[in-house]
Amino acid sequence: MSILIDNDTKIIVQGLTGNTGSFHTEQALAYHGTQMVAGTHPKKGGQSWESSCGAILPIFTSVQEAKARTGATASVIYVPPAGAASAIEEAVDAEIELITCITEGVPVLDMVRVKEKLDASNSRLIGPNCPGIMTPDACKIGIMPGSIFKKGSVGVLSRSGTLTYEAVFQTSAVGLGQTSAVGIGGDPVKGTEFIDILELFLADDETKSIIMIGEIGGSAEEDAAQFLLDEAKKGRSKPTVGFIAGRTAPPGRTMGHAGAVISGGKGGADDKIEALETAGVRVSPSPAKLGETLVELLG
Amino acid sequence: MNIHEYQAKQILKDFGAPIAEGAAITSLDQAQGAIRSLPGPVWVVKSQIHAGGRGKGTFKELDADAKGGVRVSFSQGEALANIAEMLGRTLVTKQTGPAGKQVNQIYIEDGAEIDRELYLSILVDRERGKTSFVVSTEGGMDIEAVAEESPELIHSVGISARAGCTNSDADTLADALKLDGTARDQAIILFKNLYTAFTEKDMSLLEINPLIVTKSNDVQVLDAKVSFDDNALFRHPDMMALRDETEEDQKEIEASKYDLAYIALDGEIGCMVNGAGLAMATMDIIKLYGANPANFLDVGGGATTGKVTAAFKIITSDPSVKGILVNIFGGIMRCDVIAEGVVQAVKDVGLTVPLVVRLEGTKVDEGKAIINESGLNVITADDLDDAAQKIVAAVKG
Repeated sequence: MSILIDNDTKIIVQGLTGNTGSFHTEQALAYHGTQMVAGTHPKKGGQSWESSCGAILPIFTSVQEAKARTGATASVIYVPPAGAASAIEEAVDAEIELITCITEGVPVLDMVRVKEKLDASNSRLIGPNCPGIMTPDACKIGIMPGSIFKKGSVGVLSRSGTLTYEAVFQTSAVGLGQTSAVGIGGDPVKGTEFIDILELFLADDETKSIIMIGEIGGSAEEDAAQFLLDEAKKGRSKPTVGFIAGRTAPPGRTMGHAGAVISGGKGGADDKIEALETAGVRVSPSPAKLGETLVELLG
Repeated sequence: MNIHEYQAKQILKDFGAPIAEGAAITSLDQAQGAIRSLPGPVWVVKSQIHAGGRGKGTFKELDADAKGGVRVSFSQGEALANIAEMLGRTLVTKQTGPAGKQVNQIYIEDGAEIDRELYLSILVDRERGKTSFVVSTEGGMDIEAVAEESPELIHSVGISARAGCTNSDADTLADALKLDGTARDQAIILFKNLYTAFTEKDMSLLEINPLIVTKSNDVQVLDAKVSFDDNALFRHPDMMALRDETEEDQKEIEASKYDLAYIALDGEIGCMVNGAGLAMATMDIIKLYGANPANFLDVGGGATTGKVTAAFKIITSDPSVKGILVNIFGGIMRCDVIAEGVVQAVKDVGLTVPLVVRLEGTKVDEGKAIINESGLNVITADDLDDAAQKIVAAVKG
């Protein structure tokens, strides 16, 4: 099993007609036939989109209409920052089950508004400012490079896009492969936290081990550590390797990701590493040794 | 983006906050007029730099027993003398680092009769995903120290994005600050106005420390610190105009023109990486192998050849850079774009230090081919570990 998505998942693209949306939709279609079924555009409803290799997708005016006509349960958002929050809200209103927002640079107060709406809905949002979700050989939502994946047993989750790729690349290289990989995104306010995905990986039979990659800022890693500790007491645990980026980051500076900042003495790497180690997570000192560390841990 | 205290106060004044009369000056010529425009009998002369701890700061050029960066003056002559001593000098506070910051602007404000000093801030509480007020009766001091020593004195009130700051929220805040009478009535209005300012202007932090209660039981904003959400500046050109580039690192200003996330650091290995997490991890692994990063640089997902060239030029303009590590794991970013940018930049600016390039992910084969066919003296690496070891070895000789 995988989590959240599989080869039956049908996906609508919000922002299909832009360069980024087009490029990554072509990549997704080429990845084991991921079911990208439609695009939306408020002014281009009724037109169609054609990929460079000849695939044709219908474009609808709204997510509501696209969902009704295609039976899609997921959407992926490639619209620019100014319109991203509205795009998420439109998908929530259309009761899309799984919304993935790739867009980087969404104003945080827009996300505060979106979060309140999400909490009162049944939709799940991944992101924003994230690389998306992948289930090897089945489904690709977002911008992760498909070529580095290998079907296998490791659940990968990360706040950073490119470090997700490192974890995937390394677990493929050591032969373990992945069940699914989820980039939850680098913004301070986002739809899905570590805990939500850890719960899914713990519940998934095929996921035998986990790699979790955090970074400085906030306390989501500490929350995740507490969650793993509590679950372990109930007898639910899986071998987990961790990594925290930003040990060398200066306090008070926002390190590229809007959420990656040590402020008021909180959110530093050392506290997070200690919390994860207390929860039984093997924290790798090097971002280049995630795969190796996991192999060691699995014995 | 940060702004100066006097700019923050002007914004809050426009939203109806009670703030003393004041005037900002940039030269001594303007000082006399500014002082005369205020009634006295007390003039508070405040250095305007983007750092906290100004009152307890020290000036590099003055004797150690000289007064700090915020001075209370009891005559026009004393105010003028204070301005003359502070303007153009370098103020060192616990937030500026040892280099300090030059005081290019001074704000002169009418003095107030303080009865109590309170603390108030509005921020985005990332754990709750909500905008929250944080208040304390222990204002005028380092709030982080208060949080450490007596957390029970700090109250946090989350605000619903849909409902805004309600009467009930405002009452809770007024109770927490033990306000009564006219001060309470004024504060209830102030809380709502501050929340409106915060959300309408897309602030990421609004901190008033202290918020004072005067001897006549009025509330007044005595100090103000405002930061804006950089991601929302596109919809606030008026706030963007308040940016003071003299407060920023020149290389960081150059980087921001190309929309690059760049932070100057003290080490010797320049880094160009895609993705914030990988950029931080690259810094970490350089340190792990015994060297230090000269910068953080995330070229982002939408980098063009032009952006990559600009990034490379910024890195090479730093004289402390003894080697460069380019580490790219292409997802949204294509390796061929990075490779073309690097080759173009090296052709433009030359290459006097070792360069290690590690490419992986989207269009990796095309990217490697561009580097290999360029004929440049580039050390290629197979993975992150290999790349880090090679650049550290090259720099250490």
